[in-house]
Amino acid sequence: MASNEEILAGLAEIVNEETGLAPEAVELEKSFTDDLDIDSISMMTIVVNAEEKFDVKIPDEEVKNLKTVGDAVSFIAGAQA
Amino acid sequence: MARKVVITGLGATTPIGGDVPTTWRNALKGVSGAHTLTDEWVEKYDLPVHFAARVTNPASEVLSRVEAKRMDPSTQFAVVAAREAWKDSGIEEIDHDRLAVAFATGIGGVWTLLDAWDTLREKGPRRVLPMTVPMLMPNGPAAAVSLDLGARAGAHTPVSACASGTEAMHIGLELIRSGKADVVMAGGAEAAIHPLPMAAFAAMQALSKRNDDPEHASRPYDVNRDGFVMGEGAGALVLEAEEHALARGARIYGELAGTSVTADAYHITAPDPQGLGATRALKAALFDARAQAEDVVHVNAHATSTPVGDRPEYVALRAALGDHVANVCVSATKSQTGHLLGASGAVESVLTVLAVYHRLAPVTINLENQDPEIPLDVVTGTPRELPGGQIMALNNSFGFGGHNAVVAVRSTGPKVELS
Repeated sequence: MASNEEILAGLAEIVNEETGLAPEAVELEKSFTDDLDIDSISMMTIVVNAEEKFDVKIPDEEVKNLKTVGDAVSFIAGAQA
Repeated sequence: MARKVVITGLGATTPIGGDVPTTWRNALKGVSGAHTLTDEWVEKYDLPVHFAARVTNPASEVLSRVEAKRMDPSTQFAVVAAREAWKDSGIEEIDHDRLAVAFATGIGGVWTLLDAWDTLREKGPRRVLPMTVPMLMPNGPAAAVSLDLGARAGAHTPVSACASGTEAMHIGLELIRSGKADVVMAGGAEAAIHPLPMAAFAAMQALSKRNDDPEHASRPYDVNRDGFVMGEGAGALVLEAEEHALARGARIYGELAGTSVTADAYHITAPDPQGLGATRALKAALFDARAQAEDVVHVNAHATSTPVGDRPEYVALRAALGDHVANVCVSATKSQTGHLLGASGAVESVLTVLAVYHRLAPVTINLENQDPEIPLDVVTGTPRELPGGQIMALNNSFGFGGHNAVVAVRSTGPKVELS
């Protein structure tokens, strides 16, 4: 079980790998589309990598609700529980 | 009177150099880009051919990690070559609605397709990357170059096997002549040194099996030629309406005077032994360039080093140029680069343009015993000086499917010394 801090750090790493964005730019209140400029294809890659990293399932219909980095961290934390 | 089209920028990434200056220097020197493959898959699949001609410089030297991740290797090579050609052209401001792309490939994103298939079988559909489709589509190189340059007058992808790269020159010329574009980034890219294409080309007995001596395996016109050597890379040329180039004071390498495309309709892979389709292509390119056979001083031949392929090209040259064929010096640069499939016509167009510009024909290596049935004047040993005055050179490409494509390049000025 990863802590919220660990999930955030892990997500930042995944986002950096996919987009080249600096990990420190990946903050809880940032919107994936509006702030981080992540398109839907990159978002799906990030989701699948996060599933593998945190051993969770993120259903496709859930992805549209993950607007901010914080939404994703909360969802992953909940899915692990 | 059709618009005149000139060449103002060149780019390449090849098995004999990571850019045009290096590729050209080595083409004059005569080096082999073929080497033994050390990949685990060669042994794993017990491939009959253990060598190929890889690019000398990885695309990661030019592209960022994130850029490269979203591109199949074929597209990576295309973008590397196109960026070099664009910079070389010196174009700074342009109406992007008048800039087009014609970027060829023979196979497209074969690495991406087969990697995705492996992923599906090993890890399931969830792990198949969402970027798989845009990375594997054959128009990927053209689309990526269009995006990179902001070219909005159309992005075309000729796919005609090993004639693809030369057919891109044909499309580029037509786009400018017809007034649909002022500038075209024309080229070809291929990245197929993967176990499946290697196995497939070997299965049809197209590849050389000289495993103990890769550097001497690609030997066009030699009596002991036994097949081509798989190469990879890309070539790119900036084609520009002459008035557009003159208005900005551009450096002009030469005129893309004429092009042609014909089809054999003879056999799906075998060349017509009488070379009728190739002959028609040669004659059509000369006609398109408003030229005579006697204007031609140099040919960059298709010459892949297969037992059946090299001779019909000679038959066609003989038929199209008549007795003048004896006065034409021929370079078979696949002896050095290997066969870049859909990129070969683009890379060889770059070499043909430079031969005209510098008045030097590059060398053919590994020709020890010339096939007596191919009595061409082949440039070996040292580069050949081409004559002064106005000259013309041809680049031939032929592809499985009976595709024939020819490009005619005319000089636009006196010899330019190598810098």
